[in-house]
Amino acid sequence: MLSNSAKLGTRKSQHNNKGVSMSKKVLCLSVGLTAMLAATPAFAQTEIAWWHAMDAQLGEKLQEIATGFNESQSEFKVIPTYKGTYPETLTAAIAAFRANEQPAIVQVFEVGTGTMMAAKGAVYPVYQLMADNGEPWDPSGFLAPVTGYYSDVDGNILSMPFNSSTPIMYYNKDLFEKAGLDRETPPKTWAELETMSRQIVESGAAPCGLSSAWITWIQTENLSAIHDQPFGTLDNGFGGLATEFTFNGPVQVKHWDNLKKWADEGLFQYGGPVGGADSAPKFYAQECAIFMNSSAGRAGVIANSKEFEVGFAPLPYYDDEITEPKNSIIGGATLWALNGKDPEVYKGVAQFFTYLSEPEIQAGWHQFTGYLPITNAAYELGQSQDYYAQNPGSDVAIQQITRGTPTANSKGVRFGNLTQARNVVDEEFEAMLAGSKTAQEALDSAVERGNQILRDFEAANQ
Amino acid sequence: MQAKRTTFPNKFLPYWLLVPQLAVTLIFFIWPAVQALKSSFEREDPFGFKTTFVWFENYRRLLIDPMYVGSLGKTAVFAFSVTALSMSLSLILAVAVNRVLRSNRAYTTLLVWPYAVAPVVVGILWWFMFNPTIGIAPYLLRGMGIDWNHRVDGNQAMIFVVMAASWKQISYNFLFFVAGLQSVPQSQIEAAAIDGAGPFKRFWTIVFPLLAPTTFFLLIVNINYAMFDTFGIIDATTQGGPAQATNILVYKVYTDGFLGLNIGSSSAQSVILMIIVIALTAIQFRYVERRIQY
Repeated sequence: MLSNSAKLGTRKSQHNNKGVSMSKKVLCLSVGLTAMLAATPAFAQTEIAWWHAMDAQLGEKLQEIATGFNESQSEFKVIPTYKGTYPETLTAAIAAFRANEQPAIVQVFEVGTGTMMAAKGAVYPVYQLMADNGEPWDPSGFLAPVTGYYSDVDGNILSMPFNSSTPIMYYNKDLFEKAGLDRETPPKTWAELETMSRQIVESGAAPCGLSSAWITWIQTENLSAIHDQPFGTLDNGFGGLATEFTFNGPVQVKHWDNLKKWADEGLFQYGGPVGGADSAPKFYAQECAIFMNSSAGRAGVIANSKEFEVGFAPLPYYDDEITEPKNSIIGGATLWALNGKDPEVYKGVAQFFTYLSEPEIQAGWHQFTGYLPITNAAYELGQSQDYYAQNPGSDVAIQQITRGTPTANSKGVRFGNLTQARNVVDEEFEAMLAGSKTAQEALDSAVERGNQILRDFEAANQ
Repeated sequence: MQAKRTTFPNKFLPYWLLVPQLAVTLIFFIWPAVQALKSSFEREDPFGFKTTFVWFENYRRLLIDPMYVGSLGKTAVFAFSVTALSMSLSLILAVAVNRVLRSNRAYTTLLVWPYAVAPVVVGILWWFMFNPTIGIAPYLLRGMGIDWNHRVDGNQAMIFVVMAASWKQISYNFLFFVAGLQSVPQSQIEAAAIDGAGPFKRFWTIVFPLLAPTTFFLLIVNINYAMFDTFGIIDATTQGGPAQATNILVYKVYTDGFLGLNIGSSSAQSVILMIIVIALTAIQFRYVERRIQY
């Protein structure tokens, strides 16, 4: 309690953007408190609060990483705290920041990147943090798509990449065989996927062909990137806050139209909004033969598919729209250092980030969870360990995200209030499935409502 | 009464005794309400760096937003359905229990149980039973030729949350109805029976009118419940979906404010909700309490 308030009191003006009156108030407080703090034993470890959104196996693995860091040195102690889902963690951190009780590190999902980047006074950019604390920092060591996704307009990385994933396709090899398909040949294109799904359903192998988690992220954002279609103006929002959504183009409409058609025919089953909580059980219960989800779902898929063999494949594409599909885009989260802490704390944060980037730590996290290896070194380490050869399919995600040269349309998306905009996309998708709108109408309406949200964000951040 | 009156020499003592209650009211009710009122006139970024005073802009945009107007409509449908369903079912149950001579204590106890269940747990129970993929109810309904998927079908989703919310409230209504029924004078019912009134006639002409105070009270309480206390049920079942089909006002305040981080609009919505509560409470005190003689 005491050390907490003391830390708040001694916040340095260089990170303090909250105005003079605030710093005056805390200054008075800090004089007394630092005096008291000086009396406390010098061997006390500096505690670094880390709020995250990783539950179950992922949370345990994260705890393990923090423990590893804590045991590697004696000066700092990283204390991870699970704060709920991604949106809950973000909301909690923002509320804490407004109350001056923020953690030093918070994990924010990619959807919140736009919000965090716009909150200039709240974040301590990681490139600056590392430089200020004399820690090594080499962005070129990260995988190119990671650097691209998380850089600001000036090419600086503002937050520490931690868990990045990309969607891939999982399929049930046993059901494929049962339907008379080749168990080693997953569909490459959407046309093939349709034919195979129909064969699976008609042969009675399974009642449904495809289910997908994250309709917005996988079937809209990634679909656009893979087919080199713009998702929004100004380089998908990377160019500034004046960006507008444009994802109601022909390819997206065609795809949504297909999904609706397949849903009516029984080839596709909808698993719910946002993460699509119902779609994974459909795959695990062998109700649907094909499942699209984040590569980070790999651990869960393997754990839940004891009764059948799973195959891994890249996402399909429309071969009549693009001959060489582009790279898919990133999901997952990064770690943001929040302003308003003691310099000593930031020294620890910087050291912890260096620890996190070590190839052994990165590779361990990547191989356990299915998240991408963040650094080239971690990927190479996995190769030299023969990991990818021993675990077929474990490199599908990394190959898919690094294929070809990224274009402005496949670099990623950067929009403020993207959580809300994604909800809108989900709602319009549901309206289409319910039959109250066509694909074109649903996407037009999603774009229109989404643009309203973007204007709100622009107005609030000008 | 007035003859022997204890007087306290300390003039301020009564105020001191009031302080705890006033403090609680101020800190937990008045202060947040004032904050909400203030935020509802502002536009602010999530972190609170830039705040602009925008007058009634948040309200104006809400009232022309078809989603908000839609949510108002959904709330009305939801509140009306929950109130009607839970009150009628609990009245039937209460009348039934009232007629049972033996073991009506046991029935009463069992019927009150759902009230002890937290709303979120209620939501999860129903979510589980009606899950389109793994639930038992959709499986049985499919056998009857009904394709249940409240993930896609907005009307089914509304029926679903109305059922879940009503189920929880039945216990509460039931208790009040049982108490109300027990206070109906037996002599009047017997007199009516002697005059040749059948059970239905007796119920509608004697019991039901005498229950009116209870019914009016429950009406207001149920509308309040459906509008404000069902957040947990919605959150655990449909999260306002599909396509906002079950996005009632109180849930929209949460999604816009806590997930969307649009504090201005969310505050404006809370203020509107606050006005609705005040209106409902005023109606309760002014008309219901005054007109109905106990």
